[in-house]
Amino acid sequence: MKKVFSRPKSLKNTAFHYCAGCGHSITHRLICDAIDQLGIRGITIGVPPAGCAVLAYNYFDVDMLEAPHGRGCAVATGIKRTLPDRVVFSYQGDGDLAAIGTAETFHAANRGDNITVIFINNAVYGMTGGQMAPTTLLGMTSTTSPPGRSATLDGHPIRMSEVLAGLDGVRYIERCAVNTPRNILRAGRAIRKAFQYQMDGVGFTMIEVLSQCPTNWKMTPAESCRWIDEVMTKTFPVGVIKDTGKGGTHAD
Amino acid sequence: MDKILISGNWVCGEAAIRAGCRFYAGYPITPQNELTEYMAEHMRRVEGGTFIQAESEIAAINMVLGASAAGARAMTSSSSPGISLKQEGISALAADELPAVIVNMMRGGPGLGNILPSQGDYFQATRGGGHGDYRTIVLAPSSVQELADLTMDAFDLADAYRNPVMILGDGMTGQMMEPVVFGKPRPRRYSEKYVLKGCGEGKSRFVRGLILDALRMEEHNWKLARKYSVIAQKEVRFETFRTGNAKLVIIAYGIAARIAKGAINRLRDSGYRVGLIRPITLWPFPAQIIRDTAERIGNFLVFEMSAGQMLEDVKLALEGRARVSFYGRPGGVVPTPAELAKAIVQEYQR
Repeated sequence: MKKVFSRPKSLKNTAFHYCAGCGHSITHRLICDAIDQLGIRGITIGVPPAGCAVLAYNYFDVDMLEAPHGRGCAVATGIKRTLPDRVVFSYQGDGDLAAIGTAETFHAANRGDNITVIFINNAVYGMTGGQMAPTTLLGMTSTTSPPGRSATLDGHPIRMSEVLAGLDGVRYIERCAVNTPRNILRAGRAIRKAFQYQMDGVGFTMIEVLSQCPTNWKMTPAESCRWIDEVMTKTFPVGVIKDTGKGGTHAD
Repeated sequence: MDKILISGNWVCGEAAIRAGCRFYAGYPITPQNELTEYMAEHMRRVEGGTFIQAESEIAAINMVLGASAAGARAMTSSSSPGISLKQEGISALAADELPAVIVNMMRGGPGLGNILPSQGDYFQATRGGGHGDYRTIVLAPSSVQELADLTMDAFDLADAYRNPVMILGDGMTGQMMEPVVFGKPRPRRYSEKYVLKGCGEGKSRFVRGLILDALRMEEHNWKLARKYSVIAQKEVRFETFRTGNAKLVIIAYGIAARIAKGAINRLRDSGYRVGLIRPITLWPFPAQIIRDTAERIGNFLVFEMSAGQMLEDVKLALEGRARVSFYGRPGGVVPTPAELAKAIVQEYQR
């Protein structure tokens, strides 16, 4: 019988701590698939964030260095400039990347640092208990926006991918989702392409992943997968945001 | 060996490069900008040298964190308000047991303060400064030559103990020019096993300060504490100056010790028996020599360009064995030797 599905070699054989239906575990898997397919496990260094994925080093079977809150891109820059022939990625949530670490993210992107950022957007602060994030949708309730996010009081959700795409140092940004099999396959290809670009020395790459958070969205896993398609993608449309790398536009 | 005339900020950069520093990230802040500019110009002359003008002090120290984990001898520099921002990263370096050199050319504070020489960051430097149970080795040069020597030593100490080391200077040490002879660079003794460079065919590793289990976190804290007690035993440095037959001993560090020497020389010429103990390591603090000196001398005067910070360490060292008075000028005021001499005479005649 032909084996068509197995655990990626660079993913440790450990049970995930994530909530049922969470998108982190799927994204971890996709990253490890990409690492396996490109054969780069031995030269990859990951930088996990503060937040739900703070324990990512328990899952990725590659060298990892923890970053303080929001500083993933600065830490990754330090590693990459010291070891330019390694593949360096940071893995960051929306609070980490788009609030406390906005400056670090923005300037690493603007410098065109040859790193890859995996940006998990679930529109809330997950680990701390569902507070409003920079990406929380208008009208969406959270523990710190109980009546729903108000543009007047709280500002609008930040589209980091579109913001960063305006910077000349940025070469490839794609927004993906991990809510359906088709989207998962597409996200996997995008992550692999970003790593390939980095190996080619192209410059700053980022994959934004719309990721379901059933616990804090107070939905079932199935409802949260549907919510991404029906609601979240209206504010955060999936697709290639920018691609000026060698490979041209992303082939779906 | 050639003797060159060079400023403190420049010498710090040159000594770092000679010591094998290959990664520098910094953010402009007066009065240490010449150091950042020196690195921008000279890092490029060495193979594998990286200079980054970071977007903030926070980014700079976190770049240093990454570079250090990746095996580079790494340094950042700043002045007081900027060092406050770096504390998050310094705490992380201490937690991760990563070596790094951090230069603080102190200016007047608190808050934005001013850009004049001060010693107001003693507490911040010697008490860890950031959050958590940790220590930073703190070296306090009082001349440009010593700044050169201690900068080179700082990298060796950082490697030896896998701990952040701070050079605590001030706006005057950074900007004054003096003749300097560089010491011989020593080969780096740092095991490759600590370098996070990708796991190759082997087992992957992670470096982190997050330890959610309380007992394991406690264990990590005790491990750090044991390391700090070894440092406290082995790495204390100080200078004594004309303490032989002294009746009153000044305790001062850095540029204040320089001023104190001027005052002491004047007073000795007039027959006053005055000496100086100059801590070179502020942490670990040279408590023993102060205690030993108190066996024969009952009168100490702490002199700082602050409202009295090291004063607390001196009192802790003396444990009431001798009388301690204080003379200080905070806020960026640099007293003259004559002014200090007057304050010493008052105390001497008491």
